[in-house]
Amino acid sequence: MDVIYEYRQILIEGTFVTISLAVLSLLLSIVLGLIGAFAQLSPRRGLRRAGNIYTVFVRSVPDLVLMMLIFFGGQTFVTQIGSLTGLWGYVEINQFVAGVLTLGFIFGAYMAETFRGAIMAIPRGQIEAAMAVGMTPSQIFRIVTWPQMVRFALPSFTNNWLVLVKSTALVSVIGLHDLVWNAFSAGRSTHQLFTFMVTVMVIYLIITAISDVLLRMVDRKYAAGVRKA
Amino acid sequence: MPATALSADPNASLVVSDLHKSFGSVEVLKGVSLKACEGDVISLLGSSGSGKSTLLRCINLLETPTSGLISVHGEDIKMTKDRRGVSSPSDPRQVERIRARLAMVFQSFNLWSHMTVLENVIAGPIHVLNQPRAEAIEHANEVLQRVGMYERRDYYPAHISGGQQQRAAIARALAMKPEVMLFDEPTSALDPELVGEVLKVIRSLAEEGRTMVVVTHEMAFARDVSSEVIFLHQGLIEEQGNPAQMFNDPQSARFKEFLSTTRQ
Repeated sequence: MDVIYEYRQILIEGTFVTISLAVLSLLLSIVLGLIGAFAQLSPRRGLRRAGNIYTVFVRSVPDLVLMMLIFFGGQTFVTQIGSLTGLWGYVEINQFVAGVLTLGFIFGAYMAETFRGAIMAIPRGQIEAAMAVGMTPSQIFRIVTWPQMVRFALPSFTNNWLVLVKSTALVSVIGLHDLVWNAFSAGRSTHQLFTFMVTVMVIYLIITAISDVLLRMVDRKYAAGVRKA
Repeated sequence: MPATALSADPNASLVVSDLHKSFGSVEVLKGVSLKACEGDVISLLGSSGSGKSTLLRCINLLETPTSGLISVHGEDIKMTKDRRGVSSPSDPRQVERIRARLAMVFQSFNLWSHMTVLENVIAGPIHVLNQPRAEAIEHANEVLQRVGMYERRDYYPAHISGGQQQRAAIARALAMKPEVMLFDEPTSALDPELVGEVLKVIRSLAEEGRTMVVVTHEMAFARDVSSEVIFLHQGLIEEQGNPAQMFNDPQSARFKEFLSTTRQ
């Protein structure tokens, strides 16, 4: 285990990258998920269709393919626009930003499905009751929809979050120095890959355990009024 | 009575004139007009599919009328039509303002299930009427006492009976200090033994002179409490008038038939 201690700095840095990548991607995915869910539930057909295309597309293409597509393809695309217009030359997309954008985009689609189901689980009559007292659409969302939506969405949201944390490991393919990438290079150079991978596993387990505690707290907060079976 | 004469009456609490409503190609309301002055209790009767609930839901714009005019205390709800002729309210703020003055009680209560009874009652006054919280709670306690739900004010809807939920929903409506109260079959979803406690509350509200429009199947309530009865049939008013007269001497064949089927 001495070798782990020796390489602790690089592991801590990697863990920090992994966690900030996961948290920022989560925030982006929540925003995209809400937009996607409301687009799918919109009375306007164009919006509904756009929302459907988004979720169907993302859910049917492997994450790894999407990631490479957005990172390498996006880079080429932006560079080409630059050379066509003559405004800029070669552009290098920051790997961390690319990782956040890709993971946020992918998990936004899963969140959209989660939120859509949760919103549909709220009885329509409760929305009508809010309209009938004269609440504005944003008040209805804040006071009636959101608190109940969180409760209904939480189990599936938790699942999405755990998969998202694990998916951050994919960003090592675009060269981002996350926990997996750092541990892998350290393991190879010291010929102790097994030790490093076990350590990585333990770190992921700890992240999961902490998120479990936090999400339970959220669940307790939003469980008001639920009849216990 | 011509529609123009109706809408010009500023003393009426609520005026509906020549209201039409279609769902797709099905015309549910085919031109209905009614007027409620202060203190009026209007009962809307009719068999299912007659359009009575749709009429009530059009009054506070939960359904958008296809055409026609709705006016509350002389203020007309402004409507526009788009290119395809689909009408919609032109000023959402006005609709919200009007809805706050017309409280609605639903068949299925529709209490917000993540809030206690008290929280349900104060939400509207705090967020819509901008009342300070302490004042809203004080007033909520009064209306909860009024409907006999003060002791249960810290319960969640899932933990109380249907009759109690409906009384809480009535308290929520009362807390808005509405000019007109709309009741959409308030006792239809209740177990028979719970109907009485809710009817008693609605009856006492009617007796204290509140303006109400009630869609109901409770014939005794319609006969004893209302100042006017309107019988709808297939989207049109078939018969309307004073309850004593209508129940003792129904004029139209359909209302006679309706009475005989409900009086078995």
